[in-house]
Amino acid sequence: MNNKSYENISSQLLFNSRGKRNISNRLLTLVAGTFAVISITPLILLIAYVLIKGGSQINLDLLILEPQPPGAGVNSAGGIGNAIIGTIIITIIASLISIPIGIGAGVYLAEYSKNGSFSKAIRFGTNVLSGIPSIIAGIVIYALIVVTKVIFGSTFSGIAGGMALSIIMLPIIIKTTDEGLKLVSDDLRRGALAIGASMYTTIMRITLPHAFKSISTGIVLGVARASGETAPLIFTALFSYYHISTFQDIFYEMSSLSVLIYNFALEPYKEQNELAWAASFILVILVLILNLISRLIGNTKPS
Amino acid sequence: MANKTKLSLQNVSISYNEQVAVKNVYLKIASGKVTSLIGPSGCGKSTILRSINRMNELIPNCKLTGRILYDGQDIYDPKIDPVEVRRRIGMVFQQPNPFPKSIYENIAFGARVNGYTGNMDELVENSLKKAAVWEDCKDKLKESGYSLSGGQQQRLCIARTIAIEPDVILMDEPCSALDPISTLKIEETIHQLKKSFTIIIVTHNMQQALRVSDFTAFFNAEPTQDKLGGKIGYLVEVNSTDKIFKNPLQKETKDYISGKFG
Ligand SMILES: Nc1ncnc2c1ncn2[C@@H]1O[C@H](COP(=O)(O)OP(=O)(O)O)[C@@H](O)[C@H]1O
Ligand SMILES: [Mg+2]
Repeated sequence: MNNKSYENISSQLLFNSRGKRNISNRLLTLVAGTFAVISITPLILLIAYVLIKGGSQINLDLLILEPQPPGAGVNSAGGIGNAIIGTIIITIIASLISIPIGIGAGVYLAEYSKNGSFSKAIRFGTNVLSGIPSIIAGIVIYALIVVTKVIFGSTFSGIAGGMALSIIMLPIIIKTTDEGLKLVSDDLRRGALAIGASMYTTIMRITLPHAFKSISTGIVLGVARASGETAPLIFTALFSYYHISTFQDIFYEMSSLSVLIYNFALEPYKEQNELAWAASFILVILVLILNLISRLIGNTKPS
Repeated sequence: MANKTKLSLQNVSISYNEQVAVKNVYLKIASGKVTSLIGPSGCGKSTILRSINRMNELIPNCKLTGRILYDGQDIYDPKIDPVEVRRRIGMVFQQPNPFPKSIYENIAFGARVNGYTGNMDELVENSLKKAAVWEDCKDKLKESGYSLSGGQQQRLCIARTIAIEPDVILMDEPCSALDPISTLKIEETIHQLKKSFTIIIVTHNMQQALRVSDFTAFFNAEPTQDKLGGKIGYLVEVNSTDKIFKNPLQKETKDYISGKFG
């Protein structure tokens, strides 16, 4: 080795741990690793704290009963059963609204409009929608639905809550449908059209089933996102201390885990604070499970 | 030799994004024969082929002028339903594109879409036989179409096209993604098919045109005047395959056939 113009070529091939290049390598690895640990710490702390604080409260009664008013003289503060059911019902209502609309809009964007200015406007709108603070979704439904009493004269209701959450879910579902369909190879579409299938049949029988995986992942993530929202529900579903008993109850105030946390965490009574922790536990578990499901769907092989 | 005309292209010009890709094509396709379209790449063979079953309409900003008559009827007449056109004029693509379904369903899908009411098992078997792929498939009809080799997939795609009993089959370089043995099998299949269908095949392989086709149309492309580097395709000549290869009228054809360019 006699090329003198390169000073960082060492005279032998051996690994030199004190070499300048190797030191800076290690330094950078260390820095990056440290930041990685710092970034994951809040998540681990949050989950551990909620699991410990809330997990210790969990028992069967708590999962079933209604919360008792503070200072009612009983030892137990009751349970969060009505809030669990409420969250499920409101999320189902939100899904019933946002899944058909979202998939429909996604199909329109990916299959029909291609790149016209109308579809550009919708795509832009979808991006904006996914960025607006969720409290805005609540206030809009409050103004349009709750105040005006358009839904059979009801004001605060599970339906209104579901509508507010559907605004949160909608952009997620539109985007994943749009992107999932764009990944389907054009060869498949042409194959179907070339044997005399209509556009409708091609979409329903070939393209949509092929994009099933990404669409269902999007739906699950949308549900996960919506089910934990508080702000949109404060103005819309409000809260209730009671289990629903009939179908009509969805037209009245409805409890939910997130609003229960918001209400009870600020109460001065220890029993109710504990209910709030228990609700946090259930909510975190719910979101974790939904995220796991979306991973599972994502990992399955296409049929 | 008086051949019935199945398709007649009359002064067809096609452009993408206002750029003319192929211009002033006059071409008659004989009924019940195999016609091959040959020429250097980019001269508009695929473009012309796609226009014959209105698949080019799926490409944004693709415009066609002129007329294409199918059994005397202009398929671009506003009153015509493109789905009905594609049902009668089927297409096999360069890349095999089976549906992500079982082999059986690959055939049955198109039949069902078109309201087939006969015996489905029979139809599946007959179509696979006609496409010379039955022996490869008969024991795994329930398996995915993707479990077949490339050549078998292509023959499955041909079978699925045959199953809807089209009148004309368009094939765009159906063998270019295949090995020589699969290619020969597909060519045998084409020989079988021409008994019942009119076939138009695009190929860059002149030997293949010679082997499978009764008529050959030679396309070429010339640079545009505007010096943007664009090319415009046009039809040089069409004749019986025999004449095109042995005794072409145009010098261009002769040069291409003898390998001077392309
Ligand atoms: N989808 C398309 N969009 C825009 N231009 C296209 C498209 N398909 C083909 N072209 C253009 O049309 C011309 C002819 O292409 P093509 O029909 O594919 O030729 P060939 O099949 O003979 O190779 C080329 O110049 C090509 O760039
Ligand atoms: Mg081509």
